[in-house]
Amino acid sequence: MRYLPKSPSERQEMLAAIGTRSVEDLFTSIPEKFRLRAPLDLPGPLSESEIIQYFQARAAENARGYVSFLGAGVYQHLRSVAADALIQRGEFLTSYTPYQAEFAQGTLTAIFEFQTLMCQITGQEVANASMYDGSTALTEAVLMAERLTSRRHVLVARSVHPEYRQVLTTYAKNLGLEIEEIGYTASGQLDRAALKPETLARTAAVVVQSPNFFGVLEEVPALAEVAHGSGALLVTAITEAVSLGIVRPPAEADIVAMEGQAFGIPPSYGGPYVGVIATREKFVRQMPGRLAGQTTDATGNRGFVLTLATREQHIRREKATSNICTNEALYALAATIHLCLIGKEGLREQALQNLAKARFAQAELEKIPGVRRVFTGPTFNEFSLEFPRSVKMINAELLKEKIIGPFALGTQYPELTKRAVICVTETTPRAEIERFAAAVRRILERPV
Amino acid sequence: MNPKITDLEAPAKNVGKARAHVSQNEGLIFEQSAPGKRGMELPPLDVPAVDPAAALGSQHARDSIEGFPEVSEIEVIRHFTRLSTWNYAIDLGMYPLGSCTMKYNPRVNEFVARLDGLASEHPEQPAEVSQGCLRILYDLQKCLLSITGMDAATLQPAAGAQGELTGLLMIRAYLESQGNPRHKVLIPDSAHGTNPASVVIAGYEVQNIKSNSRGQIDTDHLREFVTDDVAALMLTNPSTLGVFEERIAEIAAILHERGALLYMDGANMNALAGVTRPGDFGVDVMHLNLHKTFSTPHGGGGPGAGPVLAKKILEPFLPVPVVVQKPDGTYVLDHNRPKSVGRVRAFAGNFGVLLRALAYTLAYGPGIRQATEDAVLNANYIRKNLEPYFDLPYNLPSMHEVVFSDARQKVKGVNTMDIAKRLIDYGFHPYTTAFPLIVPGAMMIEPTESESKQECDLFIDAMRSIAAEADATPDLVKTAPHSTRVGRLDEVAAARKPILRWKPA
Amino acid sequence: MYPADYRYTKQHEWIKVQGDIGTIGITDYAQQELGDVVFVDVPKVGAKLAPGKSFGSVESVKAVSEIYSPVSGEVTETNPLLVDTPEKINTDPHNSAWLIKLKLADPKEVAALMDAAAYQAYIAAQAKEHSA
Repeated sequence: MRYLPKSPSERQEMLAAIGTRSVEDLFTSIPEKFRLRAPLDLPGPLSESEIIQYFQARAAENARGYVSFLGAGVYQHLRSVAADALIQRGEFLTSYTPYQAEFAQGTLTAIFEFQTLMCQITGQEVANASMYDGSTALTEAVLMAERLTSRRHVLVARSVHPEYRQVLTTYAKNLGLEIEEIGYTASGQLDRAALKPETLARTAAVVVQSPNFFGVLEEVPALAEVAHGSGALLVTAITEAVSLGIVRPPAEADIVAMEGQAFGIPPSYGGPYVGVIATREKFVRQMPGRLAGQTTDATGNRGFVLTLATREQHIRREKATSNICTNEALYALAATIHLCLIGKEGLREQALQNLAKARFAQAELEKIPGVRRVFTGPTFNEFSLEFPRSVKMINAELLKEKIIGPFALGTQYPELTKRAVICVTETTPRAEIERFAAAVRRILERPV
Repeated sequence: MNPKITDLEAPAKNVGKARAHVSQNEGLIFEQSAPGKRGMELPPLDVPAVDPAAALGSQHARDSIEGFPEVSEIEVIRHFTRLSTWNYAIDLGMYPLGSCTMKYNPRVNEFVARLDGLASEHPEQPAEVSQGCLRILYDLQKCLLSITGMDAATLQPAAGAQGELTGLLMIRAYLESQGNPRHKVLIPDSAHGTNPASVVIAGYEVQNIKSNSRGQIDTDHLREFVTDDVAALMLTNPSTLGVFEERIAEIAAILHERGALLYMDGANMNALAGVTRPGDFGVDVMHLNLHKTFSTPHGGGGPGAGPVLAKKILEPFLPVPVVVQKPDGTYVLDHNRPKSVGRVRAFAGNFGVLLRALAYTLAYGPGIRQATEDAVLNANYIRKNLEPYFDLPYNLPSMHEVVFSDARQKVKGVNTMDIAKRLIDYGFHPYTTAFPLIVPGAMMIEPTESESKQECDLFIDAMRSIAAEADATPDLVKTAPHSTRVGRLDEVAAARKPILRWKPA
Repeated sequence: MYPADYRYTKQHEWIKVQGDIGTIGITDYAQQELGDVVFVDVPKVGAKLAPGKSFGSVESVKAVSEIYSPVSGEVTETNPLLVDTPEKINTDPHNSAWLIKLKLADPKEVAALMDAAAYQAYIAAQAKEHSA
């Protein structure tokens, strides 16, 4: 087998050195009745070309060649070949967690750069080396707020990504956290009138997403003021990280939980992505996950090490800030490289293109009779529209034309049937936007 | 039977695994940044431009990002390539890290993960145009069920720790459905730190139980600990000492008698795949670490995946959605799971990692047993050759890993961390130091099946040489490493006055 | 080494009593076990402590030690020195690196604690156990 570097005679030599005759003798500590007598029922073995064939066949069964107008937490953005080539270098791809700093300065330096970039982008003071994704980063941010305030009540905007809220609920159930949802107004933003001082006085965190699931930007400074007035923290989730190229970062938030997938990481049917937690320096000891810190060796060389490890499970065990061990290091690296390539001007330009294309698409779609904007608040690259007929039906028809239609809101928000969130990024050509709008118009013109 | 020091060879200059070499210097990318440079261009905008302040409102508009890098493509390539050369990697040689299973990451897995039609797919796109992705998930589930001997699977958890939490949540949901979720989970003192941390997040109380004199579960006294208030025992098998729990059937029986469940931490599955199945020896629910046994790359600390496999009784409680095959043969994500513990992360899972694990499994097929046999062979070969030089605290049959201690070298003031650091000078990444906690001065070694006899011999030679140095010239070991770009770093300063980001001067 | 007028606990805290105010710190033995101290976490002024309950922790790079109150009382002062220079615990654990002062709820609790001689015997036995 090509992954096993031993010849039969070498195996024999090694067995002889151990003093046993056959490899079976090395398994006698397993009770006999549990030792398998027959090989497992598994497909394969496949040669390399057969493996490739299998996966190419699977790739042909998906949506290759389709244009998509889905956002909903995962975004189609430009990626660079250089970044992908770099993360395939064996010294990055096949290296271990940098616990032995002298042999891992490459990884540690890159983590330090990632932490810096995340602070610059989110307007916060400190960021960690990554969480699993945005949904678990948000959950951990809420748990952090609970530890910091010693309060158990959490107010969560309904306009936070539905799957993110579901994850929070799963974790909160067993930790005695009380999750209360707050609605939205005609602007699509959090209903501030629903934030009562009596409730806030026992709230650990007010949780919003910006841009939110409907695509609308929240008024973060005002929300922060209201929350802080009653000793609550403001936690802000961000699913479309590219928005920060032109949208003011949530600097007034106490903790930012971001999904970094938009920074050069492919959609890949749900993962792996990269979660980010960024916060104020004074909260750093309650922050979960790994942290790389700068220091020196005995001769004064600058170097980096994993630090503040006493927060983590391998030291603190049941009192740890989190159970996280393995994170998303390689994708934090991918995001770091991507951001270095696209750079200050490039990220701004990319964000501007997203805004422009989304506004163009919205204008085109709003020309169609019966199609109306749902919310009045400002949007980035996602916006919500109301349609005269079922979005499910429209999307089924669009699929026949190799168009993946927008996210239908009705299932997750029963009060928002016939409404959908459309996402347009810099990767959607104008011709495709026009084709999409024309197809929707045609579908809506068909008799019921 | 300690050999005389003269019997050990001093490291010769030109043989052995490594030799010093010039490496490139490199600062931080921010230190090379200058206005006007860029590394990536975008195609021109094909729709009318929009002024952000006007479109969003000036309160939402951002000025440029202060301190953000401005560098060219070549500078980025050089920067990260230079950084990479400062790392060790599986591609360069053995990582003898215990319980990490640092095996070869097959390159074809990287290729297939990047195929257009796989890397490009959006998790919310309709099932009709996601059959390829769903079948990959379904096929992987089938393989993992076959390997573990379990009945139901979820591929959603993003890592082993999240798998542990998921399994514990399922246990809680099951026991709740039986009338009483109970309050405690038993954890042996040899357990990995994620185990007790996960228990707390699941809302249970940790009860530590002491391992017996063989470093195993104290089965003779286990009954006393398994009260009606114990939900489960979290066990790693083989243990973190690399030893199989021979009385596993009894352990399972004691738990089941009291209505408690047996959770297995599958971190050491590399000793079992194809040889035995946890489902057969009484495990009710377990997780696998795909970035360990299933070859997906560690990538400097992640990503991973921690699928959970369970017995039929726990199936109703699987996280939602569940990948199912309909009678017409098509695949779908089933969200209609009223008893589910809920969702543990957005979307279906770390698909790219799951895909790589499937590619690995397909490469081996039923021959996966050979990998396990080679892993156990390598560990025992190394053990036999190092026993004359290092203290073996538990003289029990080793499976895929062996744990020594620094007791003999401590006499001269040399400890496990020192030996580990000296190993770097010999071109090897250190083994796992100071874990498991039940072995003071632990040296935990797991070669995996990916190591040739030559690499094993080089490792043995290096360790023997260090043992000689620890005796004859202990200071050399205590101040190691000597050949790296940086020496031992001041971790105390890093923790007292943390500097966690670059700032402009 | 171990001041005769202090009292000691099995968890290696010391307490010095003056009137109804107790000053609490960790012992030289504890700081040796811990290594270089990097951070100290203590409760706020006004916090009520109970004997045997953890009220904070002292951290080194690789370990955390919980600190347990020897007596009941209310915290009146925390040591500002340890905020910026936690390493003082390593160099002067019994004097300037005190952790907290508290107002004793029940001064009689102090008598139940070990005196210097008993503590020294206790740590000698501990050391023996570790090297066994």
